[in-house]
Amino acid sequence: MKKNDLETQFAELKTKVETLTKEGAENKLSMIVFSGDMDKVLAALIIASGAVAMGMDVVMFFTFWGTPILRDKGKKVGGKDLMGTMFGAMLPKGACNLKLSKMNMGGMGTAMMKSLMKKKNVASVEEMLAVAGELGVRIYVCEMSMDLMGFTREEMIAYPNMEFCGVAKFLEEAKSSKIQLFI
Amino acid sequence: MSEKIKADKVMDLKGLPCPMPVVKVSKGIKEIEVGQVIEAQTTDPGALTDFPAWARTSGNEIVKTDQDGKVITFFIKRNA
Repeated sequence: MKKNDLETQFAELKTKVETLTKEGAENKLSMIVFSGDMDKVLAALIIASGAVAMGMDVVMFFTFWGTPILRDKGKKVGGKDLMGTMFGAMLPKGACNLKLSKMNMGGMGTAMMKSLMKKKNVASVEEMLAVAGELGVRIYVCEMSMDLMGFTREEMIAYPNMEFCGVAKFLEEAKSSKIQLFI
Repeated sequence: MSEKIKADKVMDLKGLPCPMPVVKVSKGIKEIEVGQVIEAQTTDPGALTDFPAWARTSGNEIVKTDQDGKVITFFIKRNA
């Protein structure tokens, strides 16, 4: 092979490596929390806090049935229209109000699971949310879901690192993450 | 008798299930200097696989693992 060819090849490789390092994934986990089921949300939060322990940067996007988890049960917001009031009444008001995805049995199953978790020292969704906040897990809430269900920013919990966004923000974070999960 | 390792910090994580042992140890290790050792006691059987996985990923080292009944004790050296 001629010296010139080698030089061209080297230059090509150099550009490739440069683009790869630029676009390469960061040590980050991006997660979509679509579900509002207690068990699934708990799993999501456990993975999130574990990832921080492993040295990762963690971003969680709450959308659709995941949004009511972030409502504050102590906050009352007036001035909603009929649909907003209905959604507000029918969807869980906060993390302590979620149901199991299986074996809910009219609430009995969930109550049993909660007491079992307490007995076995397993953290609740509420407690795990507090842990996530302490660990610096960033939370983004889907603005469209909030609007659809008639939730306002004023009725959400005081989470230390919470912002409101759309799909582009998730994709930006997911694109630069080593792991992406949909729960 | 196995050799004694001197720990600079002892963490009692007994009774705590996943993910708290790993979460707490990852916080605790930042409170000691590089080269120092944490003694972490846990009763979570999953920790036997979890702690080594955490140590490999975070760049720290498990110097020694002891098991006494249900209590598992890790000696973790801060490397990173």
